[in-house]
Amino acid sequence: MSASNVIGAAEPSFADAPFAEVDVSTWIGPYPFREVPHPEPSVLVRVLDRERVRRAWVGWLPSAWHRDPAPGNRQLVEALTPHRAVLEPAIAVRPDWPHWTRELAIGLDAGATSVRVYPAQWGIGPGHPALVRLAGACAEAGVPLHLTVRFEDLRQRHPMDSVGDVPAATVRALARAGTGARLVVSGAGREFIEEVWWGLTLAEREFVSFDFGWVWGPPEDHFAGLVRTMGTAPFVLGTQWPLRLVQQSRALMALLPTDVSMAGPLPVPGAGNRM
Amino acid sequence: MTAAATAHAPTPLTGAAPLIDVHAHFHSPASGRADWSRYNASRLEAGERMGVVAHIASILGSWGNTSPTYFPSPDDLSSANAWMRDFAAQDTGAGAARIFAYVAVNPNHAAHALQEIRTGLAAGAVGIKLAASRKADDALVDDIAAIAAEHDVPILHHVWQDRRREWPGQDASDGVELGRLAERHPRTRLLLAHIGGGGDWAHTLHAVRDLPNVSVDLSGSGIDRGMMDATIEAFGARRVLWAADLTLCTGLTKAWALEAIGLEANALADIRWRNAVRFFPTARFQHRGEGLSA
Repeated sequence: MSASNVIGAAEPSFADAPFAEVDVSTWIGPYPFREVPHPEPSVLVRVLDRERVRRAWVGWLPSAWHRDPAPGNRQLVEALTPHRAVLEPAIAVRPDWPHWTRELAIGLDAGATSVRVYPAQWGIGPGHPALVRLAGACAEAGVPLHLTVRFEDLRQRHPMDSVGDVPAATVRALARAGTGARLVVSGAGREFIEEVWWGLTLAEREFVSFDFGWVWGPPEDHFAGLVRTMGTAPFVLGTQWPLRLVQQSRALMALLPTDVSMAGPLPVPGAGNRM
Repeated sequence: MTAAATAHAPTPLTGAAPLIDVHAHFHSPASGRADWSRYNASRLEAGERMGVVAHIASILGSWGNTSPTYFPSPDDLSSANAWMRDFAAQDTGAGAARIFAYVAVNPNHAAHALQEIRTGLAAGAVGIKLAASRKADDALVDDIAAIAAEHDVPILHHVWQDRRREWPGQDASDGVELGRLAERHPRTRLLLAHIGGGGDWAHTLHAVRDLPNVSVDLSGSGIDRGMMDATIEAFGARRVLWAADLTLCTGLTKAWALEAIGLEANALADIRWRNAVRFFPTARFQHRGEGLSA
């Protein structure tokens, strides 16, 4: 790790080709349900360098469980300021709250390059018009809208973490709304991805990207099955750091059967799709 | 693998050092899934690429086809155990034994379980697999623990970390219940299955940390950051064994993460393979044509 990366003066320059252009799903900040080691931006910068990932979209982890994400957005922007060449703020916006467009504008002015929404934690169901309005605003601003299906395996969740996963219907409804927003879905398993993908028209699916860290490799070979049937274009890197080990996507790609190929660098969402 | 083949083999994804999977599963034609053979081939092929030199494996009866996965019938177990041993014996993919069998039993059928263990061990099985047919601290498990000690083989025991309610389809044990069995049978080596396999792993660290005859395997789909560090800190590297269970991808992730967290070489070797050699003294593991010894 070079000092220049730590202070954010320059993008990393890898001796080898990058593994991915961007990690679309990272956070900083503490997790309410268990101790997470070092969820700090300087540590994330080192991890990205080690894993040969050029940059990351970074959210403020506690915001999913806060009623009002605005204070978290301020802390996020401030914490990332020294690292902005590599770490890009992913602000959280509650579209069911009054004057949410003001919070979106503040975040965009502060340099946010993506917007996070947590429908399950905030009680916003599939097809809710507020979600569609937020997607429309993201499309107008040219930033992706990011949804987190889950943070942890259902079996290990804290008793107070009881809201469940984001349903696939939420993503289908957003994609079908035709807002033009790039939808980035993190934490989805095989069934969720297939349900969305095959539940959309060809035109609608062009706007949906998935990370694949929750899809299983051999011996079930779910990931190979997805790549065979969907191609590689919908898939991007999303590690869910600091909650999960970041090597998982690389492991899934390395273990693809020989008849399936997927090579890095993994693109930014939408770059692999026809647009 | 011949010397010439070894020389031309690509470096495995986890590096050149041995890697032993102490928690593997295969399927048989009785599993009721049409792709059982593809599944087994995929496991072996992925293991080869990762550098797995030994899969210590079980088949849980018919995997639900003719009796429940976690409550398998005696007939299904006998059939599966025999098939597992034959599969291990017939595998010559690497020119040396790379598949080793557990004997899987259901403690509810006590006489069958003991007979199945005797038969299996005599036929070359290297350990006993208990899943979730009965809680680990149930008296019905005592004779199984005793026979394990008598034959100097370990028991791999399925565990649900911090089980806060009864989950359908199984009588899963948690670390506290396995700990009670360990206290009653201090000469029996117990391997607590899949620290990453569901539930709250932090609870398990507290539950069995003080029981020296309990070790843990790292397998499971869970890849929480901090999990492996905390596990190794709690138990020490001599009581932690790498494994994959149903997801080799998370196994590869954890093998890579073991490198990234900066373990010293001895600790890394312990977790990757040396503890397995110690844990399964009746198994003859090989790596590149040489027998492995701890």
